[in-house]
Amino acid sequence: MAEGIKDKVAIIGMGCTKFGELWDKSAEDLMVDAFKECVEDAGIEKKDINAAWFGVHFEEQSVGKGATPLSLTLKLPFIPVTRTENFCATATEAFRGACYGVASGAYDIALALGVEKLKDTGYGGLPGGPGLLGTKNALVMPKLTAPGAFAMMATRYFAVYGLKPEEGKRMLAKVSAKSHYNGARNPKAHLRREVTEDQIINAPIIAWPLGLFDCCGVSDGAAAVIVTRADMAKKFRPDPIHVKALQIALSSGEELMYTKWDGAHVETGYRAGMLAYKEAGVKNPREEISMAEVHDCFSITEAVTMEDLQFSPRGKVKEDIEAGRFNHDGSQPIQPDGGLKCFGHPIGASGLRMLYEMYKQLQGKAQLPERQIKSPKLGLTHNMGGFPAMNIVSVAIVGL
Amino acid sequence: MVGIKSYGAYIPRYRMNHNTIFTAVGFLGTFPPPGESAVANHDEDTLSMAVAAGTDCLGAMKREAVDGLYLATTSQPYMVRQNSDLVATALDLQSDIRTADFMGSAKSGTTALLSAVDAVKGEMLSNILVCASDCRLSKPGSPQESLYGDGAAALLVGSDDVIATIEGSYSVSYDFPDRWRASGEKFEHAWEDRFIRDSGYRQFVMEVISGLLKRYNLNIKDFAKIVYPGLYAREHGAIAKRLGADPGQLQDTLLSTVGDTGSASPLMMLVAALEDAKPGDKILVTSFGNGGDALFFQVTEKIGNITGRRAVKKHLNSKKELTSYEKYLAFRNLAPMDLGMRGEISIRTPMSALFRERKVILSLCGSKCKKCGTPQYPYQRVCVNPDCGAIDQMEDYRFSDKKGVVFTYTGDNLAASIDPPSVYGLVDFDGGGRFWFDFTDCDLDSVKVGMPLEMTFRRRYVDESSGVHGYSWKATPIRA
Repeated sequence: MAEGIKDKVAIIGMGCTKFGELWDKSAEDLMVDAFKECVEDAGIEKKDINAAWFGVHFEEQSVGKGATPLSLTLKLPFIPVTRTENFCATATEAFRGACYGVASGAYDIALALGVEKLKDTGYGGLPGGPGLLGTKNALVMPKLTAPGAFAMMATRYFAVYGLKPEEGKRMLAKVSAKSHYNGARNPKAHLRREVTEDQIINAPIIAWPLGLFDCCGVSDGAAAVIVTRADMAKKFRPDPIHVKALQIALSSGEELMYTKWDGAHVETGYRAGMLAYKEAGVKNPREEISMAEVHDCFSITEAVTMEDLQFSPRGKVKEDIEAGRFNHDGSQPIQPDGGLKCFGHPIGASGLRMLYEMYKQLQGKAQLPERQIKSPKLGLTHNMGGFPAMNIVSVAIVGL
Repeated sequence: MVGIKSYGAYIPRYRMNHNTIFTAVGFLGTFPPPGESAVANHDEDTLSMAVAAGTDCLGAMKREAVDGLYLATTSQPYMVRQNSDLVATALDLQSDIRTADFMGSAKSGTTALLSAVDAVKGEMLSNILVCASDCRLSKPGSPQESLYGDGAAALLVGSDDVIATIEGSYSVSYDFPDRWRASGEKFEHAWEDRFIRDSGYRQFVMEVISGLLKRYNLNIKDFAKIVYPGLYAREHGAIAKRLGADPGQLQDTLLSTVGDTGSASPLMMLVAALEDAKPGDKILVTSFGNGGDALFFQVTEKIGNITGRRAVKKHLNSKKELTSYEKYLAFRNLAPMDLGMRGEISIRTPMSALFRERKVILSLCGSKCKKCGTPQYPYQRVCVNPDCGAIDQMEDYRFSDKKGVVFTYTGDNLAASIDPPSVYGLVDFDGGGRFWFDFTDCDLDSVKVGMPLEMTFRRRYVDESSGVHGYSWKATPIRA
């Protein structure tokens, strides 16, 4: 039995840019901004970094292929740099590479940096194009968009659990309203306005049953992290944050092509959660995970993720949402920073942006006092890339 | 005995009342004939309708038995790349078959049928599927816009189990310049209507029918049904009178319900006649276009064996009115619509990949695991059943003729579409297999989880820069 990565790696510095429609910032600018904050936070110099991992998803939109965009932009001195890409888990994959690099003893200090510049496409939503899923899929799959793909999970969730559309939409509206409340209080967020449930329910439909406010924003941003071996961490700072688990799970094809999947949950989310809880030694996630940043690309995604990660029993998330369990002042705050909902989702950066929030909250350093969650023990980040019927989910657990 | 073994047809779901056209462009001087025309959806064309009619005609018959496919049309999408091959592939026919395109005239439907008869009589082929389909582009405001309609017919020609034997034929040929469209042109030109009616339509129909009656020593009264296109409603009746036929012998021309469907017209009327035919009935079928063909059939006792076809009758009754002329223009790309920058992302089909994956893309074939029996789409080499996982234990499995139900769906307003919202979803097939497909010919409000669906071959896109008309299968509510 593999022993896993628990407590072998520590985070000693992080940086995160403001996310938004940053018309005057290039991907390279964002990389420098995130890196600068990150090394200053870690109290190290560039020469201390032994290796780096670089996450970007839509490279054609911004930096181009390979890992040289990072080494050239930051002038990294001939060290190994690896590019990662795995849909929305791209940044977490970069983090995983850096963690395994130091955990193996190959390196003392490693950098992971994720960036995405989405707002140079000229249209809303994610960059599209039939070729994103390969030649054959481009010729047989529906011309689906991300909202449409996730809307199908909402349709299915409503059908499986017998929710009328208005009941389902009300439940989802509460998810988005909560994130907007949090995002409004976060200076780094893109969308910083509170919205009411009725505004959310009455917003134009993007893909039935999801409306405008059920969808996360589309933005530019970057985030970075410096990791080191746990036994060295205290040399750099008194309050390093330790990696408790790092797992990913990918679809086997049975959700899309076999007929067992119920379409009202994300199988990989459940599987990755189980793997991570085992690695971290978490027995009761509902009680032990203090807070989480999950992949709320759409309100329905967050709702089913609460069930996939066992924060709520299957089919019962509505009760927890209605009880305010996941609100900032609830017993298990979710998206304390505002989530993808308010940060937008620069694919290659999101995983590290989530980690940044967990890191700051665990250190008690959320920018504003009203944002600080009281003495959290374990924070979880979750990314889901692809579509509910075929995807990747990553789960990371960090703690003091 | 050589003859027709089965029949099928296809009429698009949308109908446009001729007054809708008149209201929009009546100032151009056209006066609309009464009734409505069948209009293809934005994802339909000649080939998609030919496949639909062919599917209806073949029913549950063994596709392996078909050894020829003839396509008749005047509105083929491809000038080079044989259209009948594409139809044959979509129908998942064998590759050792004879295919041919019959084009250029509205009589091409009957000519294709006669050629099929000849090949079977000559014992070169035994089962030829003849598809006649037309989806003609008319210039906005032109008389053709209200006259033409979109539709297709299909007939299986063979020598065993025939439901109607072919008893004879007669043809006339004239270089009659009533309508023409030069290579590269988008719209037809036409000469004056009165010339077409008096020097062409009346003359040729009379000549070809009289010629047939004389050749086989028949009387017009011998026929239970007489089929000839009805381009001019009044003249259609006048011809009957001159021939000495009773109005009751005339097969309905479909002119005010479907429109003139070009090459498909006489065959669609024949299909409608066969739907009502009794053993022993004689049916006369005539086409009009640069002359014409007349064919003489006699219905056999086997006519009752053909059941479950949608043919003309069921398709006629299953319709939805297209009330917006502007939408029709958008469907035909006659009013270039802004699909947004997202819609401008072009799809360039890698032709080598299309050919390699033709069974998956065009024939909607997946695979079925020989070990665990799980059907799966697209074709997989590794079984998707998590309890099986067998490698290379697959056999071909056709999904195009399987029905299914909506597993889940959405109506997407973000996806670029000429007819938003884009409705799509996951389909669970009867007998196993699940995949996602675009839905078509359905209204978002009517879609429900668990709703029955069937598959339909549609045009997926036209890439004008590369000249590619791309096709794939979509799901659609089962047409009554």
